[in-house]
Amino acid sequence: MAQERQAAIVGIHEYPLRVAPGVSAMNIKVDSIRAALDDAGLKWSDIDAIYDAQDGEAGGGLQLAAYLGVRPTVLDTTQVGGSSYEFQAAHAMRDIAAGKCNVAVLSYGSTSASNRVAIGTGGRGGPATWATNMESPYGATLIANYAMVKQRHMFEYGTTDEQFAGISVATRHHAMRNPEAVKAMTDLQFVGVNEITPQDVLDSRVVADPLHLLECCMISDGGGALIIASAEVARGCKKPPVWLIGGGEATKYRENGGDITTSAGAQSGPIAFGEAGVTPDEIDIAMIYDSFTITVAVCLEDLGFCPKGEVGAYVEGGRLAFDSGEGPALNTDGGGLSSNHPGMRGIFLLLEGARQLRGESNSQVPDASLAVAHGNGGLLGGTHTGGTVILAKD
Amino acid sequence: MANRPQPRFPEPHTEPFWEGAQKGELRYQRCNEDCDDPVVFYPRHHCPACGSDDLDWQVSKGEGTVYTFSVVRQNRMPGFIDLGAYSVAYVDLDEGFRMMSSVVGVENPTEDIHIGQRVRVEFEEQDEGEYPIPVFRPIEED
Repeated sequence: MAQERQAAIVGIHEYPLRVAPGVSAMNIKVDSIRAALDDAGLKWSDIDAIYDAQDGEAGGGLQLAAYLGVRPTVLDTTQVGGSSYEFQAAHAMRDIAAGKCNVAVLSYGSTSASNRVAIGTGGRGGPATWATNMESPYGATLIANYAMVKQRHMFEYGTTDEQFAGISVATRHHAMRNPEAVKAMTDLQFVGVNEITPQDVLDSRVVADPLHLLECCMISDGGGALIIASAEVARGCKKPPVWLIGGGEATKYRENGGDITTSAGAQSGPIAFGEAGVTPDEIDIAMIYDSFTITVAVCLEDLGFCPKGEVGAYVEGGRLAFDSGEGPALNTDGGGLSSNHPGMRGIFLLLEGARQLRGESNSQVPDASLAVAHGNGGLLGGTHTGGTVILAKD
Repeated sequence: MANRPQPRFPEPHTEPFWEGAQKGELRYQRCNEDCDDPVVFYPRHHCPACGSDDLDWQVSKGEGTVYTFSVVRQNRMPGFIDLGAYSVAYVDLDEGFRMMSSVVGVENPTEDIHIGQRVRVEFEEQDEGEYPIPVFRPIEED
């Protein structure tokens, strides 16, 4: 089926360090934008659209344009947690198709590790709201929220800890081939920077039942940038374009009687696949937000890689490894579990998806031609968003 | 005794719920329109199913079923650091609403709490603060 090919990722950069003391988040964003423009062969003055998740010390959107010194004709400040970048990429695709802009910049910078931000086990601040006043007395950490989804998945479908552990094993396998991920795990003082077994995962301490430490993503510094351009601009860039061919977005929240084992991806996935005119079984690379093993498990089901409740059997036997010969290959950069998670991982899903479709990954899948980037932002067992983007090789 | 974070006010949606807690009542709302999904929780000024603002407060019998739970082993927040392993749960109340809470009064939360368990609300007094916190205790099964 012929897809619309009007917008493409033409420049990418992932900030190499995961522990960067003394560097500001804005520095990470700007250094990454400059490097991504260089990767594309474009100039600072070519930027005519900014998509910003309101990260960095300067604040979002309004201040970022001023700080960068550009005058965009499109300014999109979508902030929906970790999936912000999938939402923004889909918006850029739409805005470029509508002729509103030609060179869009998405960027991310964070110093969560250097600032000792306890993302998973700390409290959530901010003013009292109708929702926080009902939940804050119970000490539900972010990890506990995701753990409640895993608990219910195990109860309802019989999924086992060993099956979930296979997700951690696959991402670590990829991380060990990625020098930046190896340095990340070393700098963050991981116990054992090596390949792991399911038993290693089960032997790691429980942070919130039933989630073990090795089922949880790291907390790092980091960031990156990507440039999305119109077809006309893309044809003049240095690297082959990676086309955006489908996007979908959705939100989900706690509902009376609702099914906690189904995520927003069940809505965003079919929209994106439908727009792209492809099906999950055609996907070579699955870049799926691995905040925790359970996030990947639920999203694989919701995107349609396997029926609801069957992810345990689906991942058994190691099919998610880039060299399994089965596919799809999961998070071939090492993922949030073993490479990079400064708080909002969505941008890295797009960056590694683009690397694979250019043939530049450390864990390259031969002839990879289709990738899905699926971000999950917020709380999987509470209010969250799902953003799905389908990428195609030139 | 416990030292959980208190609800904070002014917050107009949840104020009647917490006034209920002070009287030992677990309150929820019902939509008065002919609506497909009339049970409203968390508290709001409108019915999320139909948009109506014609809602009444009701008092739950306080009995329900554990939908899912986790046992938190690590929390850096004051009020939880010293609590040891404690549970967080979604409880489905018999009137049809789901609330986050904690299942208390068990020896070992990892072993003694399970999905499907019947539980009953109780209002846990706090060291500081004027609002007791609704938590749940397993109903003894004969």
